[in-house]
Amino acid sequence: MTSLPPLKKTLVEAVNLALAHEMRRDESVVVLGEDVAANGGVFRATEGLKDEFGIRRVMDTPLAEALIGGVAVGMATQGLKPVAEIQFMGFIFAAMEHIICHAARMRNRTRGRLSCPMVIRAPYGGGIHAPEHHSESIEALFTHIPGLRVVVPSSPMRTYGLLLSAIRDPDPVIFLEPKRIYRASKQEVIDNGEALPLDVCFTLREGKDITLVTWGAMVQESLQAANQLAQKGISVEVIDLATLKPLDMETILHSVEKTGRCVIVHEAARTNGVGAEIAAQLAEKGLLYLQAPVKRITGYDTPMPYFKYEHYYMIHVDEIVRGIEETLAYG
Amino acid sequence: MLTAKHQKNNFFSETVAEFNITYTQLINHLGESVHPLDEDLESQKLLSDLYKSMVFIRMFDKKAVALQRTGQLGTYPSSLGQEAIGVGIGHAMNKDDVFAPYYRDHAIHYLRGVSLADMLLYWGGDERGNIISNAPQFDLPNCVPIATQITHAAGIASALKIRNEKKAVVTTCGDGATSRGDFYEPLNLAGAWQLPMVIVVNNNQWAISVPREIQTAAETIAQKAIAAGIPGEQVDGNDALAVYSVVDKALKKARAGKGPTLIEAVTYRLSDHTTADDATRYRSPEALNKGWEMEPVKRLQTFLHNKNGWGPEQEREWIAECDKKIAEGVDEYLNMPEAPPEDNFNYLYAELPYTMKEQRDHMIAKAERLNAANASNDSNDSNKREA
Repeated sequence: MTSLPPLKKTLVEAVNLALAHEMRRDESVVVLGEDVAANGGVFRATEGLKDEFGIRRVMDTPLAEALIGGVAVGMATQGLKPVAEIQFMGFIFAAMEHIICHAARMRNRTRGRLSCPMVIRAPYGGGIHAPEHHSESIEALFTHIPGLRVVVPSSPMRTYGLLLSAIRDPDPVIFLEPKRIYRASKQEVIDNGEALPLDVCFTLREGKDITLVTWGAMVQESLQAANQLAQKGISVEVIDLATLKPLDMETILHSVEKTGRCVIVHEAARTNGVGAEIAAQLAEKGLLYLQAPVKRITGYDTPMPYFKYEHYYMIHVDEIVRGIEETLAYG
Repeated sequence: MLTAKHQKNNFFSETVAEFNITYTQLINHLGESVHPLDEDLESQKLLSDLYKSMVFIRMFDKKAVALQRTGQLGTYPSSLGQEAIGVGIGHAMNKDDVFAPYYRDHAIHYLRGVSLADMLLYWGGDERGNIISNAPQFDLPNCVPIATQITHAAGIASALKIRNEKKAVVTTCGDGATSRGDFYEPLNLAGAWQLPMVIVVNNNQWAISVPREIQTAAETIAQKAIAAGIPGEQVDGNDALAVYSVVDKALKKARAGKGPTLIEAVTYRLSDHTTADDATRYRSPEALNKGWEMEPVKRLQTFLHNKNGWGPEQEREWIAECDKKIAEGVDEYLNMPEAPPEDNFNYLYAELPYTMKEQRDHMIAKAERLNAANASNDSNDSNKREA
């Protein structure tokens, strides 16, 4: 394939680029959801797709999320590769029955006769002053479900590469887009169709004193905290989980073996969050590496407050810095 | 009028059921009455009340959009062009009826007694907007998850029926919502259990960017009631008097234990979906202009004026009164002190589990830190300005 000149893209533009690339490459890829065609998606993730691929492959559905989930299952069993958009993650609940009872287990219950090679994309997370139900971080609801893959990109480049992989993956992928950083920065993205691997973490910054594990929009604050601490001579290794399920514990364990300490940062509520699984596996497999208790820096066990108060809920750089310093001070 | 007739298309088939959907209009877009009005509908007070409420809510709506544009309010769904529906419903409801809203019901909230400050607090991202201390306390708060309020309304109606209360529940939704199971399922229950509920669909022709004609192949939304075994009817949603009239009838029927009604109020969304939307991306200026020709406020003004029931002097006075009331409401909203941040814990359960006290204390400390940092930034800024 001829390589194209790199373009500076935002995260949401990288979504668009990957969708368009894969639709050109593979006729079986179709896009469906609310407002995805004429409007190009409320965040413009599907902008231009209707014009290029037509309404046969880019479908505005009726306003019905259960329908979107179920129709994607049906399409996928017939060999299409639907990429369904749920407009905001807080509206995904009606589709859960189809995701959990059907998409996640079709392959298993038909012993491989049928499968669901589908992607459900949903913008997620808080911090954009949205109305209620528009700021949820409920990735753990999906990581708990056997048979699903859960992928969360954290930069334009990884968005492009991971979305290509998600679409090409033969099993259902929940692809959660951190909308707070949809347009936070631009990065060169080469539209060469090169996918990034699923099921592995990305070590964004190497360090020797402590391991910080995070994903999605919190990668931004985590890297800022690591930069601040570097000025104090503290070396933080930052790992972007990227695929939340299945979980690449190997990378995390290797890192903790080196650093001996670990903090986990996630915006989602604390109890039974993905951080709990990481901490549990560290206790099971890496206890003897640890020189301090694993610390979780997370959202509270409350709903996301209405937006006037959301900054009290969101995690700030100074909290991460403080959490790391406490963990380093231990013992 | 639409008639769904089964054709006698072969030797073995015959029509076993027939249905029709009516459309009610009393005052047309030119402000002329299309039927002689019943005495109770011709009441000068009712007509001017409907008109005044529409003017008020349109002015409030404009102010709310302006507040959003200047960063003083969050995302806000305008009800521009759809005032007749909320105003008709609000005037037809009794205070002890129960209301289960969606999110574009500013007119109904206002007429139920919700203060302007409360409405603005909600859209300003503050849970205290749902306390609605001046309004009926069993009304539900705004409902963003589409159509789910209709299932709750079926539950409310069941409670009223079980307790044999002579009240009814009104619930509202948009045209897009009628594609969801959360619309069809309670509709079916309302028929099966003959629930005292009135469902009003604000068919404003748009579900964000998706037009009514591709939302469903059904000729009317009202006919969706037929499959549930309940009456469905259309009303001119730009005719406040007609909306009032059909909702009033449906409510009286429901309160008398004679079952539910689905009302499709046909109107046009003259605004964007919300302030976060830009309808010029998917809607032609011609379509919008056509929508303006049908809008509800002007026609009732013309009608009233021609009956000598409303003149320029009254118009000026009422606008001045609205301005004052809105300014007071906005003032109250903007000057509302911030709630304690830990309210998000305080109202989570009847009593906060002791296991969560640590998290609550954490949030209190965090809020103090953030606010102290903000205060010091502010004073730094003012120092800079002074320097």
